Amino acid sequence: MALDLGGRILRSRTVAALASPHGIDRYLTQINPMLAAHEVRARIVDIHPEVSAPGAPRVATVTLQPTSTWRGHRAGQHVSVGIDTGEGRRTTRVFTVSNTESKPGDPLTITVRAHDDEDATPYSISKYLTERATVGTLVHLSQAEGDFVLPHHVPEHIVLISGGSGITPVMSMLRSLQRRTHRGKVTFLHWAPSAERQIYAEELEEIRGQGHGVDLHIMHTADGAPYLSPALLEKLVPGYRDLPTWVCGPESLIEATQAAYDGTESLHVEYFKPPRSGGVAGGEMTFSTTGKTVANDGATILDQAEAAGLSPEHGCRMGICFSCTANKSSGLVRNVLTGETSELPDEQIRICVSTPEGDCAVDL
Amino acid sequence: MTTVEKTGNRRLTAEELEAFGAEMDVIRQRIVADLGEDDAAYIYNIVKKQRAFEIAGRSLYYLPVIGWVPAVACLSISKILDNMEIGHNVMHGQYDWMGDPDLNSRMFEWDTMAPSENWKYGHNYMHHTFTNIVGKDRDVGYGILRMDEDQEWRPYYLGNPIYAFLLMTFFEWGVAMHDLEVDELVAGRRTWAENKEIGARILRKVKEQTLKDYVLFPLLTGPLAPLTFAGNFTANIIRNLWTFNIIFCGHFPAGVASFSQEECEDETQGHWYYRQLLGSANITGGRLFHIMSGNLSYQIEHHLFPDLPARRYPEIAEEVREICERYDLAYNTGPLHKQLFGVFKKICRFALPDRKSSDAAPAGAAPAIEEVAA
Repeated sequence: MALDLGGRILRSRTVAALASPHGIDRYLTQINPMLAAHEVRARIVDIHPEVSAPGAPRVATVTLQPTSTWRGHRAGQHVSVGIDTGEGRRTTRVFTVSNTESKPGDPLTITVRAHDDEDATPYSISKYLTERATVGTLVHLSQAEGDFVLPHHVPEHIVLISGGSGITPVMSMLRSLQRRTHRGKVTFLHWAPSAERQIYAEELEEIRGQGHGVDLHIMHTADGAPYLSPALLEKLVPGYRDLPTWVCGPESLIEATQAAYDGTESLHVEYFKPPRSGGVAGGEMTFSTTGKTVANDGATILDQAEAAGLSPEHGCRMGICFSCTANKSSGLVRNVLTGETSELPDEQIRICVSTPEGDCAVDL
Repeated sequence: MTTVEKTGNRRLTAEELEAFGAEMDVIRQRIVADLGEDDAAYIYNIVKKQRAFEIAGRSLYYLPVIGWVPAVACLSISKILDNMEIGHNVMHGQYDWMGDPDLNSRMFEWDTMAPSENWKYGHNYMHHTFTNIVGKDRDVGYGILRMDEDQEWRPYYLGNPIYAFLLMTFFEWGVAMHDLEVDELVAGRRTWAENKEIGARILRKVKEQTLKDYVLFPLLTGPLAPLTFAGNFTANIIRNLWTFNIIFCGHFPAGVASFSQEECEDETQGHWYYRQLLGSANITGGRLFHIMSGNLSYQIEHHLFPDLPARRYPEIAEEVREICERYDLAYNTGPLHKQLFGVFKKICRFALPDRKSSDAAPAGAAPAIEEVAA
């Protein structure tokens, strides 16, 4: 109660006015980085290796104790994680929260596979988290975001489909359903390369053993398991097209699922990686602030800006964190996530998920 | 076609300008490749010190009588650090590479009346792009003062020293109002509509700044409120005096060149560097002095490389100086009192119409380099 009162005072307009223009968090963090009124920061309290098969990238589950400002998450949501990976540079990447739904201030876990990120300096954040981070390391978080969540009233029978690391949001859903003691049926289909590279293998075995309405199908492609197809779906989940379904994974899995569901509204999609932007090339891409102009090659504006030698502010590179928001002064852009186009002048756009179509000018 | 200027500056040939520019680019690339933990640690340390001085300053007001002077001192230091080594440099994008939103040029707001968004346009874009081009760089006289002989004399300028004194005392207000371009508005070259958003931002910022310094913090000290009010006012004025003097020493001492719009048309990168170099002046001093001036005591290096972390300017300066010697270019530097005297003389001299003996180069020719008429 007293803590809550303190929090309310720290978040009050009077305190904001006193701390102006820097904000109260700028002062609190100097005292203790785990003190915050608005921002979310967290300390790593546990790192648990999930997979360390030879030749395969490491996977680890990292448990984070957030500041009291953490508002909790719904199963399936993601969070931006910012961390100083060396050379004084902070890198921000998005990870799905993998534990059961959390309440304000609760610890959360993310399950990270070590990737060689394209612009990692000097370490990619996933490599840092799986190989170098230690208990006690401080990270910067966003609040949980995303609409890839279960409804509050979970239908009688649902289908969860995931591939590779795309299992994390789906796993959070499954774990949450078990905690909620969901009475209905869950069909869970998962594709992984091999048994050695299977994340959460033990826990999945346990769930399979328990029964409790979870129908588990794990396909290991290296062992000759079939890929996702309408026939396979019909065999495993008869009438699947009418069942509420959540799918998360690489682009190929998403595409196969979308084709199998053929436009029914029961399908909820989360890309594990954003789709490759095959935009429309042609016209000129102008970066007004620096006065640079390049031929529009159809890539995202962020990619084109970087190719032109600029280094615009950016974070997740998948349209989530808004770090790369810039003013588009003119031109037609397409949002590669939604396919929506927009032609409004002087519009704030996220350059990492926008491709120009024809002439376009952005203040960079 | 090498001509020697009266101050010892040589006009460089096109080839020399290109080579000179290439040498500057090499310095830049080397520093960019070397940015890292030390730079991050440095700016974090400065931020930590600034916050500590601010908290100390705000707290010391609670000690009646003996607390007031140290409170004002701490708060002045805090505001100077916030504006110069942190605010000015962060908003130049010097620390954007760190990826820390607190130190990002797009998000930073500073403890002064001028809203960062307005200032970045007037300063980063207008002033740093068109440095010392008379008629384009609005920092030449700030639309108030006559600081160059290419600005035509009018009887209004008789008040030059008075305007300068007022601008110095209320510098943060001057900087805030600067972006409204009131002189352009009066001349009819600018519309009220263009100023609407800029003005709204100023109003909002002024409200925030006055509320905390002149209402909330004084009220928090209860019966000592009038003293706190006076202390905050004094700290703001001290910061104003300091920043004005450092900034005026960067562009207006004797020996600084100004340029005409014609000679900067179709400018090459080499000429851009050349203009930045000759249009700026440094101040010599100790390490603490450089930190307190946001390293704008290395104004030359700042103008050559505005987006490199300012703590790098001292190491860059040695190389720049050596390059200047090889190209026979003046490297304008001197102790604070000397540079200030040069500024003061200019303010007074340009209050009056030009003397007949003035043999300035005609517009469109060589850079009109001020004669050191000591």
